[in-house]
Amino acid sequence: MSNIEEFRLETRQWLETHCPASLRTPMSEREVVWGGRNATFPSADAQRWLQAMGERGWTAPTWPRSYGGGGLTAEQNAVLQEELRRIKARPALYSFGLWMFGPVLLEFGNEEQKQRFLPPIVRGETRWCQGYSEPGAGSDLASLATRCEDHGDHFLINGQKIWTSYANLADWMFCLVRTDTRTKHGGISFLVFDMRTAGVETRPIRLISGDSPFCETFLTDVRVPKDQLIGPLNGGWEIAKRLLMHERTNISAEAFGNAAGLDLIETARQFVGLREGVLANTDLRARIARHRMRDEAFRLAVQQARTGHGRSSSAATSALASSFKVAAASLNQERCELLLECLGHEGLGWEGEGFSTDALRATRHWLRSKGNSIEGGTTEINLNVIAKRVLGLPDPV
Amino acid sequence: MSMTADQQMLEDTARQFFAERSPPGAVRANRTAGRSFDPTLWQQIGELGFSGALIPESHGGSGIGYRGLGLVLEAAGRTLCASPLLQSSFIGAAAVLRHGSAAQQANLLPRIAAGELTLALAVDETPHHHPENTRTVARHVDGGWVLNGRKRFVADGDSASLLLTLARIDTAGAESDALRWFLVPSTTAGVTRQRLHTVDGEGFADIEFAAVDLGADAALGTASPASWQDVLDVACIALASTMQGAAEAALALTLDHLKTRTQFGQLIGSFQSLQHRVARLHVDLQLARAAVTGALDELDARGHVTADPRLHRLASLCKALCGDALHNVSNETVQLHGGIGMTDVHDSGLFLKRARVLETLYGTSSHHRDRYARLAGI
Repeated sequence: MSNIEEFRLETRQWLETHCPASLRTPMSEREVVWGGRNATFPSADAQRWLQAMGERGWTAPTWPRSYGGGGLTAEQNAVLQEELRRIKARPALYSFGLWMFGPVLLEFGNEEQKQRFLPPIVRGETRWCQGYSEPGAGSDLASLATRCEDHGDHFLINGQKIWTSYANLADWMFCLVRTDTRTKHGGISFLVFDMRTAGVETRPIRLISGDSPFCETFLTDVRVPKDQLIGPLNGGWEIAKRLLMHERTNISAEAFGNAAGLDLIETARQFVGLREGVLANTDLRARIARHRMRDEAFRLAVQQARTGHGRSSSAATSALASSFKVAAASLNQERCELLLECLGHEGLGWEGEGFSTDALRATRHWLRSKGNSIEGGTTEINLNVIAKRVLGLPDPV
Repeated sequence: MSMTADQQMLEDTARQFFAERSPPGAVRANRTAGRSFDPTLWQQIGELGFSGALIPESHGGSGIGYRGLGLVLEAAGRTLCASPLLQSSFIGAAAVLRHGSAAQQANLLPRIAAGELTLALAVDETPHHHPENTRTVARHVDGGWVLNGRKRFVADGDSASLLLTLARIDTAGAESDALRWFLVPSTTAGVTRQRLHTVDGEGFADIEFAAVDLGADAALGTASPASWQDVLDVACIALASTMQGAAEAALALTLDHLKTRTQFGQLIGSFQSLQHRVARLHVDLQLARAAVTGALDELDARGHVTADPRLHRLASLCKALCGDALHNVSNETVQLHGGIGMTDVHDSGLFLKRARVLETLYGTSSHHRDRYARLAGI
């Protein structure tokens, strides 16, 4: 038996023992485990599952063992993911630390910082949030203006961040600040701080879809110890870009697709009805088919990218990230629009009696999906990135 | 399954070979010479081992597999290369390999691998692809079959030595629902073919079967309801690989133009409205590529034919997605080139013409979206 087949058997046995039966079922948004100092768990099983996965390092399967990760090769990780999918295991942990901050810290952090920050991320003990966008710096992120001054033994930060997901629930923030006002990209630094630091204040943002995880974060005379600067002073833009790449890959691969809820085809059959065995409205049928086909191809693309299919280099991954983001956003928006169309009047409820819970959720998802082509780099910015970096087209004059 | 070092090398070899030996302009040379492909080129393709790529070494091939040959087809598609590679080395070889009897395999596969025997799929009888409406009839008689009917728009039909023909079974005067593939040597008495001059200059033909006497061994393999569809699924996947290559090459041609053409004192590729158009085409091509790769892997993963509808779905998926991508790219290639794109000296038109032919063959994108929808219960 080959090593990888042995690994598969061991993994299968371990999962059989450690993944509680109650966690082998579809998960609603409310049941997501985000970890952190004030972690909440939907069940004792969910807590045990995170603990088991965290101890084994399998929340971060490919991170080195020395930082608490699983130390798996890409091939082993592919097997692990297959085995997790096979038993329909819920993810033990959702975490910006795992998806965004950890990968760049591995690349740009010093040894002490890795030892300090990575293991608690793996175990789900620290919940991170992202301080990137500002009211005046959206698509043009590098124009960010949050001031960071050198005060000898510490930095002092003043400014405002926006679209900080779950800032009100996070323990730490990784944050882009301006350390030099004379140059644009070369005057940005990347640092981290505890959200309990004096001068950090958060306020949730209400969206067109209602309550949201987004927050505004106000930073007033926030003192940050100097050993919490990641990478060199004024060297934050490189890190910021790399992290955006992880974010884009992740957003496209996970977040949009997981907005479960109503099945499009089932809903179409039920609400629109059938004629001679196919959907009665042939125009809608054609549009649903077109959508489903692009969706299946996209899933294949993500799966192939994960298993290092085809030309697997980091350059290829980076080139794919923007394409994936553009595709994922439009596919999810399309799905939400089609679902709403299938629901007809049933899809127009805001809240209360007279509408099913599923329909109300679909309506909120539809409204929320409008943000998919804005958050994590707008579709337009991603098309710019593809044109310039992948297709090699010249900069606009 | 990731691309192996062997497959990477194969792709590099294939791309280099077709780019040097058969650039898109060769289409004009064939047109001038009045031939549908260059026989010397076909011989060289055979020497590289491409014509026997699907065929196991025990039958004289190189056993590279579907993904491997898919990469070769894609490379050939990039330069619009005309040769029996698609019809014979991929579709024909796969049909014999997947459905042929042991005797048929032993007889045919070594000659297909050597490139001395070429196959072509004879399916359609009307302007649209409706294989289930096949009217060509194979009547069971003592010691064999008698074939009657007419096939239209047969790709490589003018040159292939063996016509893999779809026919309805007629036993004792009663036509059945059963469809089956027949191996018909094109020189058999009663077979007449009429060359068609299609926009892309490839070797299409109409073929008439008038009381064609065939031996008992002319029927491919044993009768099974799954096999007639399986061959067409494989054909769609092979076409999709070709279309993927053509679409990527047309986009590359267009990008070259955007990077060199100056108007208003700047490269037109610096205009954001044009950048976004080609970037969207690139995204579509990524999805199309994933669909083709997924389908080729599915063929490699299953050595034998199963009744699993997954292959039907993947075949329609990649045929439609590559067809749509090629359709859009070929239109944009003409538009973004401007006036020069409308001229016969420029390659844009060659891509546009080949695009429509490939899109239409074995079902348009619309046909396959409809089929996919039915399979998905929509």
